[in-house]
Amino acid sequence: MSSPILKLVAQRVALGILLLLAVSVLIFAGTQVLPGDVAQSILGQAATPESLANLRAELGLNDPAYIRYFRWLGGVMTGDLGTALSSGQDIATSIGGRLWNTLFLAFCAALISVPLAILLGLLAVRYRNGWVDKLISGLALASTSFPEFFIGYLLVYFFAVQWQIFPGISTVYDGMPFLERMQAIALPAAALTLVVLAQMMRMTRAAILNVMQSAYVETAELKGLSAFSIIRKHALPNAVAPIINVVMLNLAYLIVGVVVVEVIFVYPGMGQYLVDHVSKRDVPVVQAVGLIFAAVYIALNIVADIASIVANPRLRHPK
Amino acid sequence: MADKKSNLLLDIRNLRIEATVYPPGEPPKNIVIVHDVSLTLEKGKVLGLIGESGAGKSTIGLSSMGYGRGGVRITGGEVLLNGRDILKGGKQGLRKLRGHEVCYVAQSAAAAFNPAHRLMDQVVEATLLHGRATRAEAEKRAIKLFKALSLPDPEHIGERFPHQVSGGQLQRVMTAMALCSEPDLIVFDEPTTALDVTTQIDVLAAIKVAIRETGVAALYITHDLAVVAQVSDEIMVLRHGRLVEWGGTRQIIKEPRQDYTNALVSVHEIEHEEKKPGTASFLSVKNVTAAYGGGKVKVLKNVSVDIYPGQTLAVVGESGSGKSTLARAVTGLLPPEQGSITFDGRPLANRLADRPKEDLRQLQMIYQMADVAMNPRQTVGTIIGRPLEFYFGMRGRERDARVNELLDKIEMGKGFNDRYPAELSGGQKQRVCIARSLAAKPKLIICDEVTSALDPLVANGILKLLLDLQAEENVAYLFITHDLATVKSIADSIAVMYRGEVVRYGPKSEVLKPPFDAYTDLLLSSVPEMEMGWLEKAIKNRRMESAGN
Repeated sequence: MSSPILKLVAQRVALGILLLLAVSVLIFAGTQVLPGDVAQSILGQAATPESLANLRAELGLNDPAYIRYFRWLGGVMTGDLGTALSSGQDIATSIGGRLWNTLFLAFCAALISVPLAILLGLLAVRYRNGWVDKLISGLALASTSFPEFFIGYLLVYFFAVQWQIFPGISTVYDGMPFLERMQAIALPAAALTLVVLAQMMRMTRAAILNVMQSAYVETAELKGLSAFSIIRKHALPNAVAPIINVVMLNLAYLIVGVVVVEVIFVYPGMGQYLVDHVSKRDVPVVQAVGLIFAAVYIALNIVADIASIVANPRLRHPK
Repeated sequence: MADKKSNLLLDIRNLRIEATVYPPGEPPKNIVIVHDVSLTLEKGKVLGLIGESGAGKSTIGLSSMGYGRGGVRITGGEVLLNGRDILKGGKQGLRKLRGHEVCYVAQSAAAAFNPAHRLMDQVVEATLLHGRATRAEAEKRAIKLFKALSLPDPEHIGERFPHQVSGGQLQRVMTAMALCSEPDLIVFDEPTTALDVTTQIDVLAAIKVAIRETGVAALYITHDLAVVAQVSDEIMVLRHGRLVEWGGTRQIIKEPRQDYTNALVSVHEIEHEEKKPGTASFLSVKNVTAAYGGGKVKVLKNVSVDIYPGQTLAVVGESGSGKSTLARAVTGLLPPEQGSITFDGRPLANRLADRPKEDLRQLQMIYQMADVAMNPRQTVGTIIGRPLEFYFGMRGRERDARVNELLDKIEMGKGFNDRYPAELSGGQKQRVCIARSLAAKPKLIICDEVTSALDPLVANGILKLLLDLQAEENVAYLFITHDLATVKSIADSIAVMYRGEVVRYGPKSEVLKPPFDAYTDLLLSSVPEMEMGWLEKAIKNRRMESAGN
């Protein structure tokens, strides 16, 4: 692979790391300005001035903020996310399985929604301004316009209560057979798909329509190519960059924005975990989850950037 | 007669083409863009379709493939190809014919090639699609065509992407793409218009050789009569979608029967007596060097020219020669790295932001694209009135009177006061831009390719207007162009630029008098002349010269 691409990729990765560091500062600072501190949270009602002072000294809370920040950051870098105040459990261990669950759900939703969105986008372009286009756009818009909890409950009502095809509560556990697991996450995955589908599909449609104005699309038409091969062979490859960007944005949403859907279906993922611990004011857990979400978001955006760079033949094959 | 019939390839009868237009603020309406045009083309012959923009020549060319660009519809007549009406074959029938029996070569190959695919994949695409050959055969044929079109490295050029090949080469690859599926007819739609004049001659020669060797018939669409005279057997002159005249190439260029054809043939004949340089130049560019990208890409190298009051300095060169950059340096948009520009005996600030308003007033500009140089939401009166307010503080009746005076000067009149740019023709737009620059009463107007986007007759009108205005207002022009014919008609002195350097500079009569330097010679000998057989002569001379070197 040629050097300009390597340079650009290295740049993006370096920028991403820098950005993640900045985010970690923000997260840390944000939790610092909240009223009360960890010692107060741990001791709760039982706090006396002495016990507070003792615990603060023990936890190193009297050190200046920047020292505590670097101590926290050092821990994060070595995989130590701290301990949850509410349960006293190691955060890294409790997150492990949940992160996996969330990623699995997001992955399944992406596997359905991304190809479906692009295919629908292609179809909408092929039959642009006709009834197929209008139907696709209309349905997609309708599905995004409903809030996700509404879609979630709608799905539960029909598929779990009325027809009893899928479970309404998505319980999963370690060692669960694959098919059962798939059945358990069918409804949350469907809800997520409906939420992200419209934006990807409409962006695909817009990006390809934009390219359809090009002279080379006319060239293809004058070669006698069929309408669908023109879209697939000549328009789509040149619309890849904007499509990748919107796909990655939605993938990030699938992981980070999954909170509501996980709560509806009582799915043991990161979202559930976060919501639980926010209500318990468990600052270390909130910090850790926030940082992981930020990392996922930044990583996916870097992937999108790199993918659109690589998709550009001018960069792949310099003069 | 029967013999001739069997040779007939394309027979267009009473073709009528309509389009729907959407004028702003009005209901959509139908307009007829081709009225009842008929033509025939025999196998292996070339018919030139010529006319100004809006003549319907591309539309007619594309109709031979049953194609209408952007909502254009064929609403009447027949298009018989090999005796069969292609308009009756339905969509499937058209798809079978396109890229197989009829192929298309577009004006801008750079835009007509898909940037995402390698050239070879695109060249053989139609051949494979229509099952004309196996991939290996098609590629072999393509390489043979690359050779015939004298492309460099014919064995491997197909592995490249469009952006890795020059514009002139791409145009030849596109011709190879059209020839690859061995069609009966190729539609060439202004295939050399976007090229530099020295590149155009090679592409033209390559196209001519390819047509002769493969025996393909062609519709050759262009607005340049001198170009079409080199390649076609017959010429059809079109105007406003109607046939004006149709005849053999010799007859059309030597004995045109219609006034309009005559006007097209004699378009370049503006006589302009060269003025002798006065004693004192008012604007003097001395040893200016300029670069883009923080000094990395040098585009002007040590350029020195002088401009005299009321005279025209024409700067001529190909794309990338630095002629527009010279204008940017003079206007202060690109501060020079070295050298100086003096105006009325005092140095001019390098940066635009450092120049006083009075200096800005003295140097005005007119651009190539008149329609993007005007605010589409302002009326002509507002556009021309703006410099009057800005530089002279004119208001109300005084301003309106001066606007009307300027409108008279550009031969348009006050009826145009309330019109918007979108309601004007290309030539009228450029005239409004001229009036706007004159409003500032400048000493110098920089004209950057002001006639390049216009049809020849309209361009001629603009040049005449500029000359008249120069005589009236004693304004000087720095006239930037790639067109030598324009230079001949308007310049008092000429600077020939090549790769950022002035290679030849002096009064017009001296610059255009032999002996020439190599580049000026190449440039002058590349301008097509309205004469049959010019192309062969020019190519032959060039070969002899390179053999002599």
